[in-house]
Amino acid sequence: MAALAAPLLATTDPIDQDLTVALKPPFWAEDGSLRHPLGTDHLGRDVYSRLIYGAQISLTISVLAAFLGAVVGVVAGLVAGYRGGRVDTIIMRLADLNLAFPLILLALAVVALLGANLKNLVIVMAITTWMIYARVVRGLSLGLREREFVQAARALGAHDTRIIARHVLPNVLAPVMVIWTLEVARIILMESALSFLGLGVPPPTPTWGRMLAEGRDYLTVAGWIAVFPGLAILFTVLGINFLGDGLRDLLDPRLRRQT
Amino acid sequence: MRAYIAGRLATAVLVILGVSVVSFFLTFLTGDPAEIMLPPGATATQIEKFRAEWGFDDPLFVQYWRFLKRAVHGDFGVSLRHGQQSLPLIAARLPATLQLTVTAMLLAIVLAVPLGVLAATHRGGPVDLLAMGVALVGQSVPNFWLAIMMILLFAVSWGLLPTSGRGGVLHVVMPAAAIAINLMALLTRLVRSTMIEMLSEDYVRTARAKGLRELFVTSRHALPNALIPLVTVVGLQFGYILGGAVVIETIFTWPGVGLFTIQAILNRDYPVVQASVFILATAVVLINLTVDLLYFWLDPRIRVT
Repeated sequence: MAALAAPLLATTDPIDQDLTVALKPPFWAEDGSLRHPLGTDHLGRDVYSRLIYGAQISLTISVLAAFLGAVVGVVAGLVAGYRGGRVDTIIMRLADLNLAFPLILLALAVVALLGANLKNLVIVMAITTWMIYARVVRGLSLGLREREFVQAARALGAHDTRIIARHVLPNVLAPVMVIWTLEVARIILMESALSFLGLGVPPPTPTWGRMLAEGRDYLTVAGWIAVFPGLAILFTVLGINFLGDGLRDLLDPRLRRQT
Repeated sequence: MRAYIAGRLATAVLVILGVSVVSFFLTFLTGDPAEIMLPPGATATQIEKFRAEWGFDDPLFVQYWRFLKRAVHGDFGVSLRHGQQSLPLIAARLPATLQLTVTAMLLAIVLAVPLGVLAATHRGGPVDLLAMGVALVGQSVPNFWLAIMMILLFAVSWGLLPTSGRGGVLHVVMPAAAIAINLMALLTRLVRSTMIEMLSEDYVRTARAKGLRELFVTSRHALPNALIPLVTVVGLQFGYILGGAVVIETIFTWPGVGLFTIQAILNRDYPVVQASVFILATAVVLINLTVDLLYFWLDPRIRVT
């Protein structure tokens, strides 16, 4: 929400530099002011406004990447589970292969080679997430294939594509939504880590990861520059994880009965 | 069972082959390696000569085959920056990374098991709430931020711990804790949920009916069974732990494979990046394989089916 309303909420331009007010502390400190409620960084940029705009970048990348990964993963999982045989083997081995790489390392290498921009980051993050959907959806559709309502549709002469879209897909959407939520959270963490290492969306666009990296250099004199972006990441991810857990409890009847 | 193990081994070999293909193609993502490796302003003949020398004008398949043959012999090419074979450079840094990751894993297990068990035995109570709160925050906290906050607190403010490098036990505390946090959160939840399941099993009820003390029932009857999934998850998480080490090593300038690889990536030192990605991914495959086989040994029920 804050990300969407960024232009309204931000008090100043996030990339506006004003060296005269560089390294101002937050408003509750002795020489802080409400003009820069969370202080300013080494170039006099308003930390609060940069956080708000940083949210836009983080969430855009994470939501898009998680969505792209989900679409690819769900389709791969449906095809693998429903068709079985060789297609299944190939898709699942690809997933295994993908899972074998330390994802952040793979993402780092690819982004470093292709160049860091929004499009590449979304694609790279999607590469790190699709196989999780593929595995879950495959397992589910494997079971659904043998169920009566699918058998009935097949007996009526429905085309495979139609059966998958009308009968199998709706039954796997609930767990997919739960995974999607938790994956958005994971991707936010990963994106900020990449950005922290200098391989995120390039400056002057404010990103949480880079704000943290910059703040690290001023740790002893202006700790707040590093503290706030981290808190922003923490609370965003926490909120999304909370939502994911809630969704899981809501959508998984097995768990609901237990509690 | 033998057929299963053979199948599992075959899969592992296939995946490692796939790993080699990906590591190989990493070089080609940017296009022509000659353009990147030669200084800017190189003449056409220099580029020609370079390409012929390194075999970049051969068909891709031939190049891949050559890469694979060399890789099998441990030859990933000479580091463009260090002028030495890349594999020994990486091997020299492996112990540091292993020390860090193993410490982090142990730390996570040592903290998560009691926390998860307590949460399960006091389900719904304040201990449970606290444990779940810790787990949720631990799952959401960016580990590199936690690392910086620890530096701010333990090194800058209190001067208790060193901020960088590898040395005594004190050096490993902060980096290992930063890597351990996410894993600990995951394991706490896992131990809690499996313990809750185990505590409602018939054999636990029997043990209680025999009049055994609750502590004994929990630790001797329920816990060992709850630890089996823990082994699998720790093994499967190894890739993530390595990934965490990559970031954390750069913060603490811990002289391991992660820091070395990041530097290689930033310097576009391809042979080192290739070798490192290949080695780390292969390590993950082998550890997952070991975990799968270990599972057989730990859980006799699987052996039957």
